[in-house]
Amino acid sequence: MGFFLTLVLLVVTLGFTWRYLGSYMAAVFDGRVHFLGFVERPVYRLLGTNPEQEQTWKRYAGAMVIFSAVSILFTYVILRIQGSLPLNPQHVGNVGSALSFNTASSFVTNTNWQNYGGETTMSYFSQIGALTVQQFVSPAVGIAAAMVIVRGFSRRNSKTIGNFWIDITRCLFYIMLPIAFLFGIVFVAQGAVETLAGTATIHDVLNQVTQTLARGPIGFMETIKQLGTNGGGFLNTNSATTFENPTGLTNFLSMWLILSIPVALTYTFGKMVGSIRHGVALLSVMVILFGVWVGFTSFAEHQNNPAVAAAGIHSTVGNMEGKEVRFGDTSTALFGISSTSTSTGSADAAYDSFTPIGGMGLLTGMMLGEVSPGGTGTGLYTLLLYAIIAVFIGGLMIGRTPEYLGKKIQAREVKLAGLGALVMPIAVLILTAIAVALAVGRAGPLNAGPHGFSEILYGLTSQGNNNGSAFGGLTGNTPFYNIIGAIDMLIGRFGIMIPVLALGGALAEKNVVPESLGTFRTDNGMFVGLTIGVILIIGGLTFFPALSLGPILEQLSHARFF
Amino acid sequence: MLVHLRRSLVMAVICMVVFGFVYAFAGTGVAQLFFKGQADGSITANGSTLIGQNWSSPKWFHGRPDDTGPYAANPKDNVSGGDNPLVANGVSGESGATNLGPRSKVLLADTKELVAYWHKLGVDPTIDLVTTSGSGYDPDISQLDAVVQIPMVAKATGISPSRLRALISKETHGPELGFLGSSYIDVLQLNEAVAKLG
Repeated sequence: MGFFLTLVLLVVTLGFTWRYLGSYMAAVFDGRVHFLGFVERPVYRLLGTNPEQEQTWKRYAGAMVIFSAVSILFTYVILRIQGSLPLNPQHVGNVGSALSFNTASSFVTNTNWQNYGGETTMSYFSQIGALTVQQFVSPAVGIAAAMVIVRGFSRRNSKTIGNFWIDITRCLFYIMLPIAFLFGIVFVAQGAVETLAGTATIHDVLNQVTQTLARGPIGFMETIKQLGTNGGGFLNTNSATTFENPTGLTNFLSMWLILSIPVALTYTFGKMVGSIRHGVALLSVMVILFGVWVGFTSFAEHQNNPAVAAAGIHSTVGNMEGKEVRFGDTSTALFGISSTSTSTGSADAAYDSFTPIGGMGLLTGMMLGEVSPGGTGTGLYTLLLYAIIAVFIGGLMIGRTPEYLGKKIQAREVKLAGLGALVMPIAVLILTAIAVALAVGRAGPLNAGPHGFSEILYGLTSQGNNNGSAFGGLTGNTPFYNIIGAIDMLIGRFGIMIPVLALGGALAEKNVVPESLGTFRTDNGMFVGLTIGVILIIGGLTFFPALSLGPILEQLSHARFF
Repeated sequence: MLVHLRRSLVMAVICMVVFGFVYAFAGTGVAQLFFKGQADGSITANGSTLIGQNWSSPKWFHGRPDDTGPYAANPKDNVSGGDNPLVANGVSGESGATNLGPRSKVLLADTKELVAYWHKLGVDPTIDLVTTSGSGYDPDISQLDAVVQIPMVAKATGISPSRLRALISKETHGPELGFLGSSYIDVLQLNEAVAKLG
């Protein structure tokens, strides 16, 4: 009952968010919101640009790639020299070069894969000045890329598709900053820690226990971590810790923050292209996939843990290994799907200890390319790639001209969409094969048997999709996994984003074909079904063999332990 | 190209200042001003109500076996501080779960050991009491987890089971807003209440 009410509350609050945050974001990117003009204008002056200065897609992509490279460099340098920087009350040393490279790539690509435990590896300076900064910037870059493809559909005969610097500045100041700050206050009021005072030592006279508690500026990092679908927490076990995610309420708000922007962007899309119905169609795809995944994952987590059951303990409250009492089994599964169907990857439990089918729910949420609802910006543009492929396939099946929102979908567009949709599976599967083939790769997993393979597959799927969640048993802080992971994350980010920008540029140049009887409808239930079919076929066919070696085999090996 | 580079450098500095330091310092300022207790870690006389501790004596209700719980059941795992969240779980000194998969032989053996540990204390354990949490220091247990420990605590303290049962009901927190998450008992608060009775 409680779980049902949680779902109802989530749907209702996200419904309002979809409508109002969606139209607000459209106003922000159309330049109709000015209440922070006094900060916006000095930033443009320092950058030497202004909203009238439009860019072609190539210049836009150039700005994006160079800015990301500079961001990686900044983050890398700070981590390498943190030992000599201020705000380091625990006196942690410099971070090693392979780990710094992995972490810098991770936070700049919105992945937030962490091969380190935050409380013992990162100084406050690094957490604030390097990692939190990228938690703001990387989602803004993702949303900017989504705006390019949206403008591709909304503009006609246009050589330009917006200005990268204007887009990210507006996104950062008008969307990310106010929401993150407001909810930061709520999180701290609920019990999240926010201090610069370093660790605290306590002594309990009742049981003679002495503890050292890791603290830090956690609460406000927490909200931008969720809102930006980043997922990289201050502490090692992320949102499972009480200092990051103290109550059932903050757990709910975390899910809302994660889902809000990806969901609302479909309204923004509908509004900007002048057809809310098209936004609703995309939203329906997201909601249906999300609903099915939540359904079977929470059912799976409500079952017994096979190993615990074999030890003679049968549960009425689901699989509690690796889960926290204050959240319970089903809410944890809901959090897990919210986090892995977006590019977030935060965790309020140990995903490694999920049941085989529950773990597969998390893994396949990512394998579908994170479109239900996906990351900030990345979810919308990845879904649009699938929609374009669906239009093309639908057109082929019934012999009608493939068009989407009046734009003819021709060879170039289909090639770019296909490229964008296939880059991730290719990178993930090849890198997984390499890791499994090499002894250094096989040394990674903690668990034996099929679960060990799942740990490797999960790690590279997570990084290739810029998710960042993990089956935590994988020992990732080795030169091999640090470097292969960084490559995976960079391909998964820019290998998709650059085709998306090219697609936006190509579409913007086209004129609109007037709708006729021969036009294949792209705003009805048929199209929603077709798009879901394309997503499941691409995701299912490419990953099924790998899944059958991992979670499926694990589920089917009754009464066997590894 | 050079224009991109110059703008990137300028933007990176702006972002570091505004979204790093201004954001975090303003947040810390607001938090310390209005919610000092929470922002400092909800620390009370006997520790943080948000961090589980090791309650090894049968006089106290035990928390979950998070290495910060009755790790005595698994002495071989207790290679590091045990109750110390900064050096928990014997891995590399962070908060941490076991990360053992659902068909792990190690998990099976550990659970059997924990079941035996509880039986020795005269407790018929529930699932929460033989599984470790996600953070490694779950401060809470469910109402049932406390109820099954009543015989152990009653025997060691001499407090009657009915008084302990009343105490447990009193210390049970409902889910947030009545339905978000699960109901729970904070083990530290429960034991502080037991100390007052005893």
